Amino acid sequence: MSRSWKVRRSPATSFPVVCRAVLLFLIGLSNRRPNLVCRRIYTPNSHLPAHRMAEDFRAVTARRAKCGETMIGEGTQSTNQRRHNYVQENVEVGFFTGPTVCIGCKACEVACKEWNEVPDDGFTWIGNSYDNTGRLGASTWRHVLFLEQDCQKGNQITGLMGLSDAQSEDPFRWIFLSDVCKHCEEAGCLEACPTGSIVRTEVGSVFVQNDVCNGCGYCVVSCPFGVIDRRPQPLPDAGGAFKCTFCYDRQKSGLVPACAKVCPTESIVFGRLDDLRARASQRVEQLKQSGYEDAQLYDPQETSVRGIHAFFLILGEPEAYGLPPKPQVPTIYLKSAWTSALLTSIAALIAVLGAFLFFG
Amino acid sequence: MFSLISKWPLVRQIREQKDGTGLESMSDKTRAMHARIDDAQVARSICPYCGVGCGQLIYHKDGKLISIEGDPESPISQGNLCPKGAASYQLLTHSRRELKVKYRAPRATQWTEMSLDRAMDMVAERVWESRKRTFITQENGSTINHTTAICHLGGATLDNEENYLIKKLFTGGLGMVCVSNQARI
Amino acid sequence: MPGLGTSFGRGGATTAQQDLANADCILIEGSSMAEAHPVGFRWVMKAKERGATIIHVDPRFSRTSALADIWIPIRAGSDIAFLGALVRHIIENELFFREYVVHYTNASCILRDDYGDPEDRADGYFSGWNEDARNYSMQSWQYKGEGLSFPERDLTLQDSQCVFQKLKRHFARYTPEMVEKVCGISPALFYKVADTLVKASGPDKTAAICYAVGWTQHSKGVQIIRTASILQLLLGNIGRPGGGILALRGHASIQGSTDIPTLYDILPGYLPMPRGGEEETLQQYLDAHTPKTGLWSNTPSYFISLLKAYYGKHATAENNFGYNWLPKLTADHSFFEYLYDMADGKMEGMFLIGQNSAVGAPNSRLQRKSMAKLKWFVIRDMVETEPARFWRDSAEIERGELKTEEIETEVFFFPAAGHAEKEGAFTNTQRLLQWREKAVDPPGDCRSDAWFIHQLALRLIGKARAARDPIDEPLRALDWWYPEDRFGEPKMEAVLAEINGWKTPVAAATDRGSIEGVLFGGVDREGNHHHEAQIDGYEELKNDGSTACGCWIYSGVFSRDGVNKANSRKSRDYLGHGWGFSWPSDRRIIYNRASARPGGEPWSERKKLVWWDSGNWTGIDVPDFKKDKPPDYEPQNQERGLDGQRGDAPFILHEDGLGWLYVPKGLQDGPMPTHYEPLESPVHNALYSRDTNPVVNWFTRAENRFAPPGDPRFPFVLTTYRLTEHHTGGGMSRFLSHLSELQPEMFVEVSPELDEPEWQNHPSSRGSVSFWRSGPVTRQCCQ
Repeated sequence: MSRSWKVRRSPATSFPVVCRAVLLFLIGLSNRRPNLVCRRIYTPNSHLPAHRMAEDFRAVTARRAKCGETMIGEGTQSTNQRRHNYVQENVEVGFFTGPTVCIGCKACEVACKEWNEVPDDGFTWIGNSYDNTGRLGASTWRHVLFLEQDCQKGNQITGLMGLSDAQSEDPFRWIFLSDVCKHCEEAGCLEACPTGSIVRTEVGSVFVQNDVCNGCGYCVVSCPFGVIDRRPQPLPDAGGAFKCTFCYDRQKSGLVPACAKVCPTESIVFGRLDDLRARASQRVEQLKQSGYEDAQLYDPQETSVRGIHAFFLILGEPEAYGLPPKPQVPTIYLKSAWTSALLTSIAALIAVLGAFLFFG
Repeated sequence: MFSLISKWPLVRQIREQKDGTGLESMSDKTRAMHARIDDAQVARSICPYCGVGCGQLIYHKDGKLISIEGDPESPISQGNLCPKGAASYQLLTHSRRELKVKYRAPRATQWTEMSLDRAMDMVAERVWESRKRTFITQENGSTINHTTAICHLGGATLDNEENYLIKKLFTGGLGMVCVSNQARI
Repeated sequence: MPGLGTSFGRGGATTAQQDLANADCILIEGSSMAEAHPVGFRWVMKAKERGATIIHVDPRFSRTSALADIWIPIRAGSDIAFLGALVRHIIENELFFREYVVHYTNASCILRDDYGDPEDRADGYFSGWNEDARNYSMQSWQYKGEGLSFPERDLTLQDSQCVFQKLKRHFARYTPEMVEKVCGISPALFYKVADTLVKASGPDKTAAICYAVGWTQHSKGVQIIRTASILQLLLGNIGRPGGGILALRGHASIQGSTDIPTLYDILPGYLPMPRGGEEETLQQYLDAHTPKTGLWSNTPSYFISLLKAYYGKHATAENNFGYNWLPKLTADHSFFEYLYDMADGKMEGMFLIGQNSAVGAPNSRLQRKSMAKLKWFVIRDMVETEPARFWRDSAEIERGELKTEEIETEVFFFPAAGHAEKEGAFTNTQRLLQWREKAVDPPGDCRSDAWFIHQLALRLIGKARAARDPIDEPLRALDWWYPEDRFGEPKMEAVLAEINGWKTPVAAATDRGSIEGVLFGGVDREGNHHHEAQIDGYEELKNDGSTACGCWIYSGVFSRDGVNKANSRKSRDYLGHGWGFSWPSDRRIIYNRASARPGGEPWSERKKLVWWDSGNWTGIDVPDFKKDKPPDYEPQNQERGLDGQRGDAPFILHEDGLGWLYVPKGLQDGPMPTHYEPLESPVHNALYSRDTNPVVNWFTRAENRFAPPGDPRFPFVLTTYRLTEHHTGGGMSRFLSHLSELQPEMFVEVSPELDEPEWQNHPSSRGSVSFWRSGPVTRQCCQ
């Protein structure tokens, strides 16, 4: 496919560009994280009373732990539908997505496109398992992965495989997981954006302002997850950078993001980040006890992205899901980059001066 | 002069101790953003696809559809939908939906357009004629009052009331016995 | 839906989807529930989270299998052998729920001495087979004695003529070894399923079974469902929370389309269509269909009220309520039969409303070629589907089998309104009527199907009134009273009110009393007095013409006060009372008398649903039982109606009030399920000398040939399935970009062993299908 890029807006906002260039230079020299100035515009969750979004889930888990069974009607409430004031209260939110209940239905992909009016991006049969979406991009903000692996899923019995007393077959499993923009704590796209188009919202999500974006594309190469992209012709709004908005418009109106709201099995859970992290670690424990030995959380808090707002429960290693095990924000290389640029220019200057002196 | 300088992003960033990545960089459009269903009316409906029967909220304003989402209060779906249910806004608004009556005359190679009224009159005429020609009152000495030369095949996305009217008119009124439905295919 | 209907009494799912969350084990077979019913599968996942074991039995490793705890690959069409072996395992090892089986099922009923089983000669035939007529005479399948109402019983289950012993003998050859041979399931796997199911059943445990068209579309689909019913009755899982059999319907109102059928052989509420000859008079019809005991003993009330709804004031006792106007059946007038009439040019006209028979029905080539023989053809849909263009660009036109210029068919295409552009009710997979409010007006010429029928009716009734021909009498008598809106669309609540039923007008209009709560003020479109107050339920129906009711099982959907319960939206409990209306009488889990012990107390605290408490049945659900009938009630003098049934007989539609392990009447192909091979199976029957279901109508003719079992030319089994991203014929999904981009092509999944180039093109004896590419997908199992 030929991609012709149309830059929609001239960089009329040159002042911010200069300002941010200067700022980034200073940051680079000092090797300080961009939170040198007050970045935390939202209140950290720990200062707020704990919210009981997962109470029903917890009640069931507790009862099962106690007597091994539940009463009728228990644990049947959805945790994904309630109205909220997270934007007004500056509460950090997140998505917790897991493959153990995901049925690969792709409702999240459709609901996202319907709500956000994202155009279709081609009718190509890829046939990679049941995946015909391919990857996240400017017109795909949710993407359901279909993994076929040669190992067992928990204690699952598939045919003879998994039966201890039968002759073994080659193990296999089929895993579905809905991928999305991670809304990094330290977001590469946001740091690279020279126009101020990409901002951090009250709830901690990373939002691209389509009316400000000039289509420069710096963000595209700065995303450690390959999420954000510019939209090619002939799609509407071609040229601009697009990615998941965390349904910022819905959240401002107290609604749950479209993908989480639609998810039939609550594989995508939306809520307060601290609440979700607590629920997630509980879930991993529960899964490990019930045979999913390779269950783990994908929430890189130790690397320079310092944690993500859309984190995942995965079975096995992150590489299989196309998730980098150690994602890094490109700005951590600014110091060395600028230093070598400086050294190079000094060397060039000396060489030029030397040439004049030598041949002069 | 001072006010002009103070609007400079560089000056603002230093003065306000902000780096231009937060709320201060939001455009008016972003600030005014809200869900487009906020001021819409809502009709409570049911998804037309499979038999699960998920609740749907149909948001509309000024006679136009705005969005369709799951109804959180449904005891069956609790606000969820599958991809088809989630696409049902597109089902009603996509560009290939037919909006006009079309008529194909015998041996014609093209559709022609026709008014709804005229088409209804013609269909009534066809039914009337076919029924007259093929209606059987007696067979083997027994009263049967039926016709087997007009048939009906219905989908299963028809409402109960529609099915009721179909059966009442076709079987109860016209004596058609060849009445069938997706439910038995 | 005779599988569920004959086993339990009603042809509907016995439970609600959200109740699956309460199951301790869920067996999904004949369905890829996660793909075809994703939101219903939500409750399966809830159950799994709560500790239930999920078993998926399917030839294909699908998205459902990926989420199940146990996936059992099975050879397509061998379900009865597998389920029958579970039945045998449970009986032989005494693992059944004895108290439930003894009291609530017909295990103890004594059969006639001349009953003969396929086991007798291992030929696959029951007694009463007539080779010439190719059907059974069902006399010998009855209980001993007269009728079914008061059977002789042996509660010890020891009598050699009792159902239990016959069942035991019938399934004796369905051993785990036979399962391995017939289904390709190893004994180890078989025992795993058996143990899991048995452990998850009992006084404080329940297991549920879910199925879909993977069962029903077989030539013996009814008997597969029957086998599952036997299994659930033996395990004591019917009528209890977390138990039951959930029939998963593939369309928004499949259940509704049989409850209020547009089917040739039944009338609304599963009343049979009258047949020519033996049911010439009303009395003959009523005699044939009115048993002594059980709910059907009120057939005259249901049927006469339906005639009153159809013909209004014209239906009187003098003219037998217009019985003569109803057409009588003389043969099988089902779709497959009349398709041949179409192909032969005997069919003049066809209405195709919201259906795509050129894609979705069997032998699509014959379908399209038959359309070209019609004189006129009316199609209603939202998009120009394949039937609407068969004359223009079908495969037959491309191949030159049809020529556009030679096709005489007149085609009328009417654009249809969508679900948000009209009001009305769907009945979902769990018998729940849910009303849809209208959001916006339909665009352009789009109109609802109700509008179409209504406008057609007005025109035809007008013609009939002008004509005075005696054959138009039923049209003149038809009670078409419906008020309209500004588009000429009938008010759908008026239709639903008629379905619910009301008292018919009293002759002396002077003392009508208050019309408060009477829908539409009790007047018709011309302002004439038309009806009195709505009735509250089918118990109020009368056989003297004083009530009218369009569908007795839906009665109660409107209250006396005029509240449309299908449109109620305040769910009060997990079963959803207060949200919609579940027929019958808002009972969410039917036969729920069985959730209590014979004495009336719950089987266990954990699984309590309905119980006897100080003179009344009460509980979480609406009791599916006469409210004040004591659990120890016994009929004394062969009483009629519900009084003729015992206080521990939960299946109130059956004459004996029992769950039928053995079906003494109502099935053409045998009282107990027997394994036959599918019609075109590549192999012969390993259990009996008879290969296929003997009573199956093969519908064979030149354009519609079948390959007999074991035909070496067709050694492969090709099955179809629904993808989550698409819907049936595709009219509602292929045209939508957000769905089509997710699955843009047709593909085939092939076992690695069979993956050869020839799989690009699949011939059968009727035609061939080409696929764009063969699908790699995950490792599939085909046998």
